[in-house]
Amino acid sequence: MVKDKNVVFDIERCKGCELCTAVCPVSIIDMSEDINSHGYHFAKVDEQDKCISCAMCATMCPDVVIKVYKEE
Amino acid sequence: MGEKVLMKGNEAIAEAAIRAGCRYFFGYPITPQSELPAYLARKFPEVGGVFLQAESEVAASNMIYGAAGAGARVLTSSSSPGISLKAEGISYIAGAELPAVIINIMRGGPGLGSIQPSQADYFQATKGMAHGDFRLFVLAPSSVQEAVDLTMLAFEIADKYRNPSLIVGDGIIGQMMEPVEFPEPIDPDKLPKKEWATDGAKGRKPNIINSLALEPEDLENHNLKLKAKYDKMREEEVRYEEIQTEDADTIIVAYGTTARIASSAIEQARKKGYKVGLIRPITLFPFPSEVISKAAEKADNFLAVEMSTGQMVEDVRLAVNGKKPVHFYGRTGGVVPSPEEIVKEIEKIGGER
Amino acid sequence: MKEVAGYPESLTEKKFHYCPGCTHGIIHRIVAEVIDELGIREETIGVAPVGCSVLAYEYFNVDMHEASHGRAPAVATGIKRVHPDKFVFTYQGDGDLASIGTAEIVHAANRGELISTIFVNNAIYGMTGGQMAPTSLIDQKTTTSPFGRNAKEAGHPIKMSEMLTELTGSVYIARVSVHDPKHIKQAKKAIKKAFQIQLDGKGFAMVEVLSTCPTNWGMKPQDALEWLKDNMMEVYPLGELKTPEGVE
Repeated sequence: MVKDKNVVFDIERCKGCELCTAVCPVSIIDMSEDINSHGYHFAKVDEQDKCISCAMCATMCPDVVIKVYKEE
Repeated sequence: MGEKVLMKGNEAIAEAAIRAGCRYFFGYPITPQSELPAYLARKFPEVGGVFLQAESEVAASNMIYGAAGAGARVLTSSSSPGISLKAEGISYIAGAELPAVIINIMRGGPGLGSIQPSQADYFQATKGMAHGDFRLFVLAPSSVQEAVDLTMLAFEIADKYRNPSLIVGDGIIGQMMEPVEFPEPIDPDKLPKKEWATDGAKGRKPNIINSLALEPEDLENHNLKLKAKYDKMREEEVRYEEIQTEDADTIIVAYGTTARIASSAIEQARKKGYKVGLIRPITLFPFPSEVISKAAEKADNFLAVEMSTGQMVEDVRLAVNGKKPVHFYGRTGGVVPSPEEIVKEIEKIGGER
Repeated sequence: MKEVAGYPESLTEKKFHYCPGCTHGIIHRIVAEVIDELGIREETIGVAPVGCSVLAYEYFNVDMHEASHGRAPAVATGIKRVHPDKFVFTYQGDGDLASIGTAEIVHAANRGELISTIFVNNAIYGMTGGQMAPTSLIDQKTTTSPFGRNAKEAGHPIKMSEMLTELTGSVYIARVSVHDPKHIKQAKKAIKKAFQIQLDGKGFAMVEVLSTCPTNWGMKPQDALEWLKDNMMEVYPLGELKTPEGVE
């Protein structure tokens, strides 16, 4: 499962709009070189350890791509 | 109930709707049908019904669309120009396969026309109500009693086929007073539940009331499904009356008030030696084409009489299919033909006696 | 790990067909979250408009009606009168609500219908390819105002929220925006307040949501959000224009 990740992207839903990249306060979201099956470059986070679980990305995302988890 | 009461057509139709278990009316004032909403505004509170005068016929049409989709027996009424306004909503109701009953107390047209009776909405009712490939189940009463009976039937057929029913009464039917008897009232709570209706997706998948289909194949299938309903109506729901047609040389085809006038004309003509009969369509859709076609084997002539410049006559011609001549006589603009005028036409067709 | 942001139950799993960066998706999500939080999914009936969000009936996981253009408040009135105990909302664009549907929204509000309206205002007709809307700004270029909206020809941007505050039946009218997370959160609060107004049987409530149309504005999604902030907010001021407390 992905429970060890803070932020999870359902990449097939992503349309590459990049709105999440602008709102991340720690600037860890960028767009993949790869494309999903619809031809969009999807958003991703490589540095999960830097994620502060603020969920600004999920709030901004128009396609319900992002799930955010927080350490309890 | 067994008791006869003297009632105005508009009010009798309203009372019949209550008896049919209808508890929701959305409409708008327009002459000559305003007594119908007024009656329900008075009576609905007694039976827990909801009466709402909408801001326009357009709004009313969409309110019945919503209420019908929510599962209720629902009524709206108007007259010719107001029916034109409802048209888009009616297409949506048919496309979404919803039951509803619409009353058109017809007046003179086109445009603002007149407030006098007319039958010039036949095409609108049976062929061109609105865009798209749908039909309405159309009923044409010729007396206040029949208006009551057909209102009950209209709700039944609407629920049975999930398709809107339309009752067309010329202005005379709406305004005249005749003795009527009402059937036993139907309790709306005892009507079968509509599983497809929107009443909150509790413990089930959401229900969607919709007429949009983006894939051509899906929409074609949907239209074929609708067509199958109309074909079934053509087979099973035709209603008409035949008067003295067995030996008739000339057969009059007329509906509504015009049929009653034609009946008087037939009596007069028969006294003069003309063998005349009447086929009175009660359902305008489905049209009684078969009985007319059959009558064309024996009769010599057909005479369509309408309060218009000739609309139903085209369906008569189609049914007769060239076998015999089809004549037309009409008065329009709110002028009501007299029996004597019709007798003159019969004489013209039948030759001097 | 606990989930801080997830997938609302009141949305179906269907992927949105909206353009990349279209704010409809954000608004759908916060509406769905509010329905979840209020626990009313199984009592909710929504009415979809004609416009880009015509397919809203595929996205909200509740009973839905498709309405004809502008008529959603009338359809919702029919539904709510039949089911007064259910929660009924309309979701409408600016062509739908502020052009063809002005009579229906005014009268639903005037009657104080116990329905809630989400009014998505992106100052353009999106679905039909970018025509001028009554909400388009002066000088805004669209396919039917190619030289820019001219007040003499086409009037000024129409302020539906302000108009509706005049009606006694309108109990809560708010205008919000979704151009950044802070405003999205405020928008969600307003929507929740509006929905609660219906649940409390108080009257008609509407939330106007300033939105973008990157495709027809001819901008990248991020630039569209900037354009909204820089241009729309001065014409359409944000705030709670009418509240039940304000009236009392």
